[in-house]
Amino acid sequence: MIREKHNAMNREMISWVRFVLLLGPLFGLNSVAADTIYVTLEKDNAVAIVDPERGVLLTTIPVGQRPRGIVLSHDQSQLYVATSDDHVIQVIDVKTLSPVGVLPSGDDPETFALHAKEEILYVSNEDDSSVSIVDVNKKQVIHTVGVGVEPEGVAVSPDGQWVVSASETTNMIHWIDAASYEVVDNTLVDPRPRGVSFTADSQYLWVTSELAGTVTILDVNSRQIIKTITLAVPGLNADRNQPVGVLIDPEMRWAYVAMGPANRVAVINAKTYAIEDYLLVGERVWNLAFSSDHQWLYSTNGVSNDISIIDLTRHKVTKSIKVGHFPWGLAVKP
Amino acid sequence: MTCGRLRKMYHGLWGVKVLNFNKSRIMNFFAKHLFCLSLIIILIPVNAFSAHTDLIEIVYISQEQFRKPALSNLDAIAKDEGLQGALLAIQDNNTTGKFTGHNFVLIEKKWPERGVSDADSHTFLENKSLLVAALDDNALVRIKLLAAAQSALIMDIVSRADSFRQQGCADHLFHVAPSRAMRADALAQYLLKKRWTRWFLVLGPTDEDKLFAQALKRAAKRFGSTIVTEKTWVHDYDARRTAQGEVPVFTQGVDYDVLVVADEQGLFGEYLSYRTWQPRPVIGTQGLVPTAWHRTHEQWGAVQIQNRFKAQSGRRMTEKDYAAYLAIRSYGEAIIRTGSGDPEQIKAYLLGDQFTLQGYKGKPLSFRSWNGQLRQPVLLAAARSMVATAPIAGFLHPVTELDTLGYDQRETQCDE
Repeated sequence: MIREKHNAMNREMISWVRFVLLLGPLFGLNSVAADTIYVTLEKDNAVAIVDPERGVLLTTIPVGQRPRGIVLSHDQSQLYVATSDDHVIQVIDVKTLSPVGVLPSGDDPETFALHAKEEILYVSNEDDSSVSIVDVNKKQVIHTVGVGVEPEGVAVSPDGQWVVSASETTNMIHWIDAASYEVVDNTLVDPRPRGVSFTADSQYLWVTSELAGTVTILDVNSRQIIKTITLAVPGLNADRNQPVGVLIDPEMRWAYVAMGPANRVAVINAKTYAIEDYLLVGERVWNLAFSSDHQWLYSTNGVSNDISIIDLTRHKVTKSIKVGHFPWGLAVKP
Repeated sequence: MTCGRLRKMYHGLWGVKVLNFNKSRIMNFFAKHLFCLSLIIILIPVNAFSAHTDLIEIVYISQEQFRKPALSNLDAIAKDEGLQGALLAIQDNNTTGKFTGHNFVLIEKKWPERGVSDADSHTFLENKSLLVAALDDNALVRIKLLAAAQSALIMDIVSRADSFRQQGCADHLFHVAPSRAMRADALAQYLLKKRWTRWFLVLGPTDEDKLFAQALKRAAKRFGSTIVTEKTWVHDYDARRTAQGEVPVFTQGVDYDVLVVADEQGLFGEYLSYRTWQPRPVIGTQGLVPTAWHRTHEQWGAVQIQNRFKAQSGRRMTEKDYAAYLAIRSYGEAIIRTGSGDPEQIKAYLLGDQFTLQGYKGKPLSFRSWNGQLRQPVLLAAARSMVATAPIAGFLHPVTELDTLGYDQRETQCDE
């Protein structure tokens, strides 16, 4: 009897919770997905683990020296963390949060990308002007591709056909054929390209140029520039607009650009290329990640030592969470 | 053409590979002794690739330095200071050039003591139009006036003289190093921020010291500081007097916040710290110094170029190396972007709004259209610590905060 009553109460509560959750968005109370965010802390040699729903830092785990790029494995069981000054990629078990091994990465790994389907990593070696291709299962570098000076952003097209590498000093996008590992084309873009991101249909590539304060959109088939957008925050001198991370939502409606020392995330209409808004976040915003349901955006803010949470249904910054020194990259696990 | 000359050109062409050779002793031997032989073999594939490659020659002009005595030889002065920065830039240009079909080569020249006559200038410059000048002010004036240099571009990487940025400016002359005015303004901004606004100015007897003192006075006025006392340090060689005894007396009886020193040659400035009558910090040419580059600088990707430079040259990057690097990277950017080797087109691009250069200092670098000065942040560094980067936050400017340093467009006396 008692148990039945308890169950009935539970059911009632659950239905209430559902009701509130359903109504929530109407009142602007979109609730944050029950994700876990992993944030690399460049100066703390650590990874911070954050619960965005409750808005708290859960714990911080030590990793190797100068951690920057961070990616989850396809099965979400392992974290790959580029520890730049150790010249390896550390593998961390997500359940136990303990290191379970290292992957070779070439010198000074900074950012890297995971192949859309296979467990293959493409790593920028900033000091070596190369991209290392790492087979995770074999634990070895299977190929090294020579690119421009100081390669930074690297991305794999969702269809698995292209790997692109942006070289900061050469100011180029290098198009690497994912099958042959050959650089088949190079596109000159505005000074100091940093972030690269494909649209979900693999048709367009978005590139940020830190020194020019621009975002360039390239057509993947022709590998030519089709649009350059100049970021301009009212009241800020142009040289403060230094975009880094860029992401486009899966429906390809909005693109989001982390603007570095302009302390803002630009919201760009991905169809008309009109800049919709500049959202004020923390200081020196580096990189971005979507929540698993794509309703939220998380940003790492390098100088203010926090991450910002942005509600994408309203394009409003709702929260910031202190995480540690120099948060750099982030990975999100549902 | 000698083997050595060929090797130098080869350095420029495929610098990456030669420098990697240095890593192994065997390859080093190979590089030294079998160079000419190997070149024959190497040239075959190079020619095969370079069918559509434009050759860009940049002349690096340095001079036999007459070094004046210094207070200490604690820091060894590298003989290849400047040149190594140039070589790194050639290598970076060629990495891009590999994809765009440009081949950059560095040609080294030494400016003779007697100078070059107008008649000889064509031979000296070999009709080259892209020059990098690591010269003192006198030699720079002379090369600027050479007939053969009139149709060329000159990137000055050494001079700090404000006169070159004002009345003595020239249409074909660019300045990569920060001027004295820019350095003094950087210091003055920081001192105002610290509220250390009452300065005790100490200057040496040389002309350079007087020029820096002038820049400091201008900066004090611009940024709201007062020079409460000004004294010249005279080097009299009295054996009974030592720095320990002399500096306290020299700085006694004045109430001030900070001792500002103008001693460009480094003949006495290092004596001042910890020896003043009152406990006061020392800034200027010693103590906290304004500089374009410093070994303690690692923000904004600087650690990358510091590492690459060290791997190449086996030593730390100096201000002069940094300036040489930027000069040649500027040429590289302009040539690759415009697709032209014509000096007039390169000049127009360098002075235009499109040109921005990565300088690892957090802001895009560009040239001031009115006097050819490279606008850039100025680092304020102590021996082992990066203290601040000017422009200091809060000093505003309608166009770019970088133009709060040095002579702004409205103050220009440059009418070329």
